[in-house]
Amino acid sequence: MAYSTQPIKLIHLIFGSSAFALLLLLTLGTVLVLWLNADIKTTLSSSDWSIIRFTVSQAIVSATISVLIAIPTARALFFRNFKGRKFILTIMGAPFILPTIVAILGIIAVWGRSGYISEFISNFNINPLNIYGFTGVVLAHVFFNIPLATRFIVQGWAAIPIEHFRLSAQLGINTSGISQHIERPMLKSVIPGIFLIIFLLCISSFAVALALGGGPKATTIELAIYQSLRFDFNFAKAAQLGIIQFSLCAILGIMTVLFSKPVQFSSGLDIKIERWDRTHFRYLLFDIFILTFVCLFLFLPLLSIFIRGIIPIFSLPNTVWIAAFNSVLVAIVSSIISIGMAISMSGLIVRVSHKFPITSQTIEIVSFLTLAASPFIIGTGLFILIFPYISPFTIALPITALVNAAMALPFALRMILPAMARAEKNYGKLADSLGMTKFSRFRIAIWPRLRRPVGFSAGLAAALSMGDLGVITLFAPVDVATLPLIMYRLMSSYQISAASGVALLLVSLSILLFWVFDRGGQLEHNIR
Amino acid sequence: MNKFINFAAGFLLASVTTASADDLPKLTIYTYDSFVSDWGPGPAIKKAFEKTCNCELNLVGAGDGAALLSRLQLEGIRTQADIALGLDTNLTARAASTGLFANHNNSLKNLNLPIDWSDDLFIPYDWGYFAFIYDNIKVKNPPKSFQELIMMPDDFKIVIQDPRSSTPGLGLLLWVKEAYPDRAAEIWEGLAPKILTVTAGWSEAYGMFTEGEADMVLSYTTSPAYHIIAENDETKSAANFDEGHYMQIEVAAKLASSKNPVLADKFLEFMTSNDFQSIIPTTNWMYPAVLPKNGLPDGFEKLISPSKSLLIPSGKAENVRSEALSEWLTALSQ
Repeated sequence: MAYSTQPIKLIHLIFGSSAFALLLLLTLGTVLVLWLNADIKTTLSSSDWSIIRFTVSQAIVSATISVLIAIPTARALFFRNFKGRKFILTIMGAPFILPTIVAILGIIAVWGRSGYISEFISNFNINPLNIYGFTGVVLAHVFFNIPLATRFIVQGWAAIPIEHFRLSAQLGINTSGISQHIERPMLKSVIPGIFLIIFLLCISSFAVALALGGGPKATTIELAIYQSLRFDFNFAKAAQLGIIQFSLCAILGIMTVLFSKPVQFSSGLDIKIERWDRTHFRYLLFDIFILTFVCLFLFLPLLSIFIRGIIPIFSLPNTVWIAAFNSVLVAIVSSIISIGMAISMSGLIVRVSHKFPITSQTIEIVSFLTLAASPFIIGTGLFILIFPYISPFTIALPITALVNAAMALPFALRMILPAMARAEKNYGKLADSLGMTKFSRFRIAIWPRLRRPVGFSAGLAAALSMGDLGVITLFAPVDVATLPLIMYRLMSSYQISAASGVALLLVSLSILLFWVFDRGGQLEHNIR
Repeated sequence: MNKFINFAAGFLLASVTTASADDLPKLTIYTYDSFVSDWGPGPAIKKAFEKTCNCELNLVGAGDGAALLSRLQLEGIRTQADIALGLDTNLTARAASTGLFANHNNSLKNLNLPIDWSDDLFIPYDWGYFAFIYDNIKVKNPPKSFQELIMMPDDFKIVIQDPRSSTPGLGLLLWVKEAYPDRAAEIWEGLAPKILTVTAGWSEAYGMFTEGEADMVLSYTTSPAYHIIAENDETKSAANFDEGHYMQIEVAAKLASSKNPVLADKFLEFMTSNDFQSIIPTTNWMYPAVLPKNGLPDGFEKLISPSKSLLIPSGKAENVRSEALSEWLTALSQ
């Protein structure tokens, strides 16, 4: 797919390819490091294959359900104007950043044997729910990913120029006609990417899948990697499993790039959208239903986290506040790095796509690899690389920020790349003909169209970094902690109530960061 | 852009910890996370040792016991660590085979363990028994053995940890195997319907139990001591099993690569002294390896004492583990 006919300049090559090289180092590089450091070579056993089967099947089901629910939710959220709409969109940033243990406790507070629903139905003499098993795994993953899918699809709708809907209204095109000519092409371009992202997130899930999956049947590849690195010290097996995760990612990535057809919407005047169809009562009722359902599904577990944490949050020890400062600092830095990488790579991809379509598609697929990468492998691989030169403790926070940035890159790229391609296509030539160059060209012609996706992805990257407990565990000395780390330390010292307070603080700070960045991207309302 | 570069540089510099100005020798101990946390034994032990050693004690948390050993294996002889504290008997054979550890010169005479201890490399500092914890208000007749647990009503559920990722999980695996060497697979098949779920770590399981999701959780016989002493809550009890209880003995050892061998020996000696041992019961919530002068803190007398202590010798643990693990996987994957 050719996004643009712009020439490739040195600056794009330098920034784009260094971002790309960093990605390769963190993903394939760290696996290679493990492989080279392996003493023994092993082959995969039949139980490994059943782990792979389980991992893939739950990921496909979870991603499908998440996307299916997210489509009507996103439509309702985008077209209906009601009080609390912005609030819902903001809170939606929360579920997917929850540290595993908070998420598990939140979900069982609603769906567990003694959860809200089981308590409620016990009034009617119905046995308590038992979600443990495949259902539990899918439930948890759908809980994490509906908000993510919804936000991505909302952006898809936001990218349709208002003129299309006006024209449809003038021509008297009905809802199914609009769906066929405007919405379906948009969805076809957005869904494959978001499906891939959710699929990969579900593949790398580990503690949540196990705890709600009811036992070793629900073992994911990630747990097997953890086991081989921590208990068996078997680098070869960890590397093999890591490569399997990457291969799954590559197969789905290629399919995504092939299936996702870029939409050819012409440019509009950047004004607020309105729908003249969908005014029928039937549609309103459906939208109310889907929004109520999704809100209850997402917000009840969050409410339980709030209830558990609201009292202990006022008596947290000082170390927690230092950890909170570290977490916010790392989150902001990693979000800046992530956006920088995404813009550089988008710039490169947009320009390369014209002459070398295969190269540009490869870059796009490789950017997804970080999602398929195991944090344990990245951590261990980096550790082996860094240890001979510097004490890993001294660079705990910068390394965490960097790895978190790379982890958030696939999201940012998915958001920013289409926006940049559109901006280049619609305004690039105009800008060139007006003689705009370099930074002013970017600032005036491109940046206004990137603001919204950049704000959203920066918020997502920051929130993602806040909740992360990946590499920091391997690098952090005692006196440097992040919030998730301190929460685990509290839990393992029986301080369960204080840990609930930290969980609430963590969720609140993440939502706040997400909100600040996301708002920042929308400040100029006339430009969507 | 310049602003950003300055910011990034500042961030990098700010996080590089500067070396301490004074010239005191520094003893570095790698241990597990909960040992060093503000609520664990770490801070009190650092204070107590620094009073006498004329040195700086640097405690480093490296995940759990298994992660700690992997970390040392990763770092090899270039490690900064002088001492590893927090391995248990299931890991000591693997640890010994790395050749990273040095002999101690402790007589091991004053230890108060339920079993005899002799090991040239590793010195115990605390120990405990694995046990199932229940709420004695809700559960009036807890099971008294694995057999009775199997026979409990259908809606009686337990939460356990995965032996592939958690120390207590591995403890339970070896517990069943040691209590029923030839029937372990059968016992696990019987237990399977009782197992609500398996978690990756202790925290998730214990959290689910305190939320009321399961009737019993795998933990330690000393867990109720925390609730009794720190929370004044006597509703948590450990179920006493007739088969006996599997032990966890936590040990420390000196690294052969240590640049402060004398100081390291001094710490290992301090470790079995009254100052160290009296801190352990109410911070690590385990039994001290040497009984403190004033005995155990009030509240510990309310804990159960198992009729039999089970422990697989460390040399055999690794082999037993792989056999027991495949039995476990088969029984629970059906």
